[in-house]
Amino acid sequence: MSLLEIKNCTICYQNGRPAVSEVSLSVSEGEIVSIVGESGSGKTTLIRAVLGLLPPGGKITEGQILFNGKDLVKASEQEMQDIRGREIAMIFQDVGAALDPIQRISRQYGEAIAVHEKLPRQEYRKRAVSMLKRMHLTDTERVMDSYPFELSGGMKQRVGIAMGMNAQPKLLLADEPTSALDVTIQAQVVHEMKQLREKYGTTIILVTHNMGVASYLSDKIGVMCQSRMVEFGSRDEIIYHPKEPYTQKLLEAVPKLGGRRFAK
Amino acid sequence: MQNKEILLEVSHVNKEFPVKKQRLRAVSDVSFTLSRGELLGIVGESGCGKSTLAKMIVGSLPVSSGAMTLNGVDYTALKGKEKRLFRRNIQMVFQDPLSSFSPRMKIGTYLAEPRRNYDHIPKEQALDEAEELLEQVGLPRDFVMRYPHELSGGQLQRVAVARAIAIHPELLLCDEATGALDVSIQNQIAKLLVDLVEERNIGCIFIGHDLALVRSVSQRIAIMYMGKIVELVESEHLEAMCRHPYTIALIHSIFDVYCKQDEEVQLLQGEPPSPLKVQEGCPFAPRCGRCTQKCREAVPELRELEEGHLAACFHLE
Repeated sequence: MSLLEIKNCTICYQNGRPAVSEVSLSVSEGEIVSIVGESGSGKTTLIRAVLGLLPPGGKITEGQILFNGKDLVKASEQEMQDIRGREIAMIFQDVGAALDPIQRISRQYGEAIAVHEKLPRQEYRKRAVSMLKRMHLTDTERVMDSYPFELSGGMKQRVGIAMGMNAQPKLLLADEPTSALDVTIQAQVVHEMKQLREKYGTTIILVTHNMGVASYLSDKIGVMCQSRMVEFGSRDEIIYHPKEPYTQKLLEAVPKLGGRRFAK
Repeated sequence: MQNKEILLEVSHVNKEFPVKKQRLRAVSDVSFTLSRGELLGIVGESGCGKSTLAKMIVGSLPVSSGAMTLNGVDYTALKGKEKRLFRRNIQMVFQDPLSSFSPRMKIGTYLAEPRRNYDHIPKEQALDEAEELLEQVGLPRDFVMRYPHELSGGQLQRVAVARAIAIHPELLLCDEATGALDVSIQNQIAKLLVDLVEERNIGCIFIGHDLALVRSVSQRIAIMYMGKIVELVESEHLEAMCRHPYTIALIHSIFDVYCKQDEEVQLLQGEPPSPLKVQEGCPFAPRCGRCTQKCREAVPELRELEEGHLAACFHLE
């Protein structure tokens, strides 16, 4: 049975033109599904809608989003609050902006845990440190006592993933988690995400414009173009045998090492 | 490369910033040459000093030490009017097209400005030239009447390129000029730059963080790490010829579209050290698999391995 099923979903902003139109998608437990596409294709809007985190003015006008059989579109704010973080967690492109700049990591992390369960005070820190260690962060004690600006982009992103994972959610939504990072740091974060699935069986929906990362991590890939899902299939189908001309063009355009050169 | 006439020569350029009584070495001892008609790529991770280097080359940031010559003229010490007049020879294209445009200026005015400013030609003539420029970068002539917000990111970046070439510079500097664009648009801009460099026989420095993209537009690539050029190699043979451990690590960090999913990611350990903590020896030593005692004590010089291929490492034999 699929863990998350998006059925015929249409999402509009105030200007009336749909940002996502009639998109259907089904994700089984333990799968990694990537949604790729160019900027403005609606991929971020789609996964934000799953958690009910659309920006002001955004509205799901049609369709259903079923999580474990429960329709999230009709869920009340209270119900959504229980699902967020515990069942479905999200990590963002710019974690620096998601972290509070004037609080140490330890305090914010403690708060993120306390939302879901009440623990004795020392326990929060222990829990956080062990999770950070699992993210292969060295020097975890220093990280805990740092302010966000004292950490590098890659470290912040791993703190973000660790915070998202602390309640061991079934589904992790990742919105361009590596786009702001350098390639060597991107490789580390991609490695961590792969480990999440291997160790905890976490289901992941990854939104990215990096075809290489999508190709490495995913079981299935969806291609979005101008608010529509133009192609959805297994990773091998999309990468090696794309049917849609748009997918072919997109794959063709990605610069590759050892590939085509413009220079003479 | 048809001719080998040297256009730009950068020799032993350093840049230090004072930070709370300490010194931050953003660029240290960088030397290279650029020929006419050549496109040189500079690649590195954030904080490696590539943008600082670019700012020094255009002359908007003074060098701490070292010399830069364009057509044999050292321009690091120019002042006042001479400096102002010299600047037309080097023009720049920036990363974010929308924020480098004034929202209230029409594209035509924007394109006419450099010519009117430097050559004092009448407005009508400058606007006519603006239309020609638009055509050269593949945009319709009637764009002169448009405002920046009416254009897409890719179109705006073309306009930025058109403005940069309006006063016939000898050298074009593109700092992450395609970084904010989608892949298909990226390729169009890359192709436009390659064509312009060939047509006008000018020099171009293309700075980026995407090794695969930079490789596709340039003839040579310089890889920077912690303010130094660690390897300089011909782009066409990048993968086969690169020898520096950092370059190799960079190449391994790129996920190819046709990669094998069961292959483990080859991770580069650790984080780049803080540029404030000046350490002895090779800057890459703490993260390098081949590091020995020698690497921690002495700084490897950039030396020639074969023609047109330089690297700074002790362990390349």
